[in-house]
Amino acid sequence: MDRPPHSPGGQAIVEPAASSHPAIPEEAEERISVATQWQLMWWRFRRHKLAMVGSVVVLLFYGLVLFADFFAYAPPTASEAQRSLLPPQPLHWLDGGFRPHVYGFSGRRDPVTLKRVYTPDPAKKIPVRFFARGFEYRLLGLIPADRHLVGVEGAATEETLFLLGTDEQGRDLWSRLMYGTRTSLTIGLLGVTISLVLGVLLGGISGFCGGGFDTVIQRVIEILRSIPTIPLWLGLAAALPSSWTVGQVYFAITLIISLIGWTELARVVRGRFLSLREEEFVMAAELAGSSQARIILTHLVPSFSSHIIAATTLALPAMIISETSLSFLGLGLRPPAVSWGVLLQQAQNVQALAISPWLLIPAIPVIVVILAFNFMGDGLRDAADPYGH
Amino acid sequence: MLAYLARRLALAVLTIWAITILSFVIIKLPPGDYITSYIAQMSASGGFVSEAEVQALRREYGLDQPGYVQYLRWMTMVLHGRFGVALEWKRPVSEVIGDRLWLTMVVSVAAIVVTWALAIPIGIYSAVRQYSTGDYVATFVGFIGLAVPSFMLALILLYLGFKYFNASIGGLFSDRYAEAPWTLAKVWDLARHLPLPALILGFAGTAQLVRIMRANLLDELGKPYVVTARARGLSEWRVILKYPVRVALNPFASTIGYLLPYIVSGSIIVSLVLGLPTVGPLLLRALIAQDMFLAGTIVLLLGVLTVVGTFLSDLLLLWIDPRIRLEGKQ
Repeated sequence: MDRPPHSPGGQAIVEPAASSHPAIPEEAEERISVATQWQLMWWRFRRHKLAMVGSVVVLLFYGLVLFADFFAYAPPTASEAQRSLLPPQPLHWLDGGFRPHVYGFSGRRDPVTLKRVYTPDPAKKIPVRFFARGFEYRLLGLIPADRHLVGVEGAATEETLFLLGTDEQGRDLWSRLMYGTRTSLTIGLLGVTISLVLGVLLGGISGFCGGGFDTVIQRVIEILRSIPTIPLWLGLAAALPSSWTVGQVYFAITLIISLIGWTELARVVRGRFLSLREEEFVMAAELAGSSQARIILTHLVPSFSSHIIAATTLALPAMIISETSLSFLGLGLRPPAVSWGVLLQQAQNVQALAISPWLLIPAIPVIVVILAFNFMGDGLRDAADPYGH
Repeated sequence: MLAYLARRLALAVLTIWAITILSFVIIKLPPGDYITSYIAQMSASGGFVSEAEVQALRREYGLDQPGYVQYLRWMTMVLHGRFGVALEWKRPVSEVIGDRLWLTMVVSVAAIVVTWALAIPIGIYSAVRQYSTGDYVATFVGFIGLAVPSFMLALILLYLGFKYFNASIGGLFSDRYAEAPWTLAKVWDLARHLPLPALILGFAGTAQLVRIMRANLLDELGKPYVVTARARGLSEWRVILKYPVRVALNPFASTIGYLLPYIVSGSIIVSLVLGLPTVGPLLLRALIAQDMFLAGTIVLLLGVLTVVGTFLSDLLLLWIDPRIRLEGKQ
């Protein structure tokens, strides 16, 4: 109302629309202007090289999760005291042509230190076959199968092949790592799903309703974020009854880690709601008589779902670290469950590490996956708003 | 300013109240109660507890009362500085915790100091010399810092230290000072042992803050006021440090509130790996032994100290940032 009738500069300046992107040929520009939002995001995401690498790594790891039984060659619980703490057997590829093999070993007890010492025996070559038959399992939990990525000919694979060595109970580290990957990555995914539901629900209420709801939810988030989380988790995790089954503990741990993880997601959702609420298209929908539910579901959610995907990807590493930390301390998943944290538990003291450094190998996938998720999340976040600059 | 202070104070009080409830829940969660654990402990060590004694103990701890009464009784106890008895040690909880709580805070604060001391200069360098070799190195190390959980970093360093230097890098004191009373020499010994755990704890935070600092400063460096300052003939150092760095520091300073809880949290698990005499290993042992009074007290005290620390950092922020001081005056 108090705006002057002729705002200065309101008439003369005509934005030369095409000249702002002089490098883009007309054809490409045409393509960009008709592209859908998701297409624009994909093009932008593709330009982010590290994010692409990260996504491929993440996909490969989830491939491992699906086919863990295939990549493993020994059941995760097969143990044998006779081969406790066996060092990794390096794979040799050539032997007069392409014949992958490993050396056999002979173990004996050191008379002074009473430790088991193993010496590789180059004369005893064990041929390694790909897609060999091994222990039976169900592919994807459904199809009975017995093929594995590698196997040994003429002997039981779980008795002879130890690509990454064995742990204190003589269990094969490679196979346990495959099963551990499955547990750790699915627990992360499940945890982030629960966080997502909580975050979208509470963040949405907070951002859309505002007022009293907003104040209460924001204070709860601030309180949760100013409490040191690990002592809290430990306290909750320690209270899980020891009579619970592996499955029950698995879900309880997932719930515990996601109870804290939702705050960041709620913050993102609330922020998007607050900024989108002011957009013209929302007002237009309101004026056209759309119901609240329709505005949220058909106008708001599609325009911020990309941001939510990005925030979820960035929240996953924290979930994985949480589970690994809890299990590492012995208060998370319990044996016979196998996860990265459970595997690292054996590397807890420096004496064990000094004698058998390969117990630290499970740290590598943890670091690689977290890096990959971070790269992917960064790329997604940059691509989430394709209309910005 | 007063409104800001009052709001922060109210939030701190609210948070502490939430922490007391959570700690109480942790104490109450395991099946059975303090007395059942006590009886188990006594009979395990060959002792005997009579039925009358059990009843008396139950009454004393108010275990026959409803939950909220128990909570209030516990709070009264805590406010009087009595935290109950640690089962395993058969000594008052406060005695068992002793110095450990302060050492936890010393390690955490040292980690924050390291984080800031490293992140600010590296962040400034990365922004001013964008895309230089140093910037790429900082970015790369930063990514590693984000990806390696602090306990894993501790494990890897511990192994490397053992393998290549044949030295144990853990601990906060040399052997001869570990049990000694506090003297200047002991404080010096602590100061010499502190940098490594502080660096391990602060690494992830540093990586994150370098990224924030770099991004903030890059946003500022292109602004007209920087060009003006330069055109006026100020030396490059003064141009950068006097104006854009100060502006870039602001959003940075507000993250300290979340840094402290994060680092205290990490110290629990890093202490275990490095064998630091903080509350971390004690908490873990208490939880495994279901010594819930000890565990609950540690969670409570850690939480309260963190909130107090965060409140103090808010005061610091108030002093640094005039915009907050002026908030609410418009």
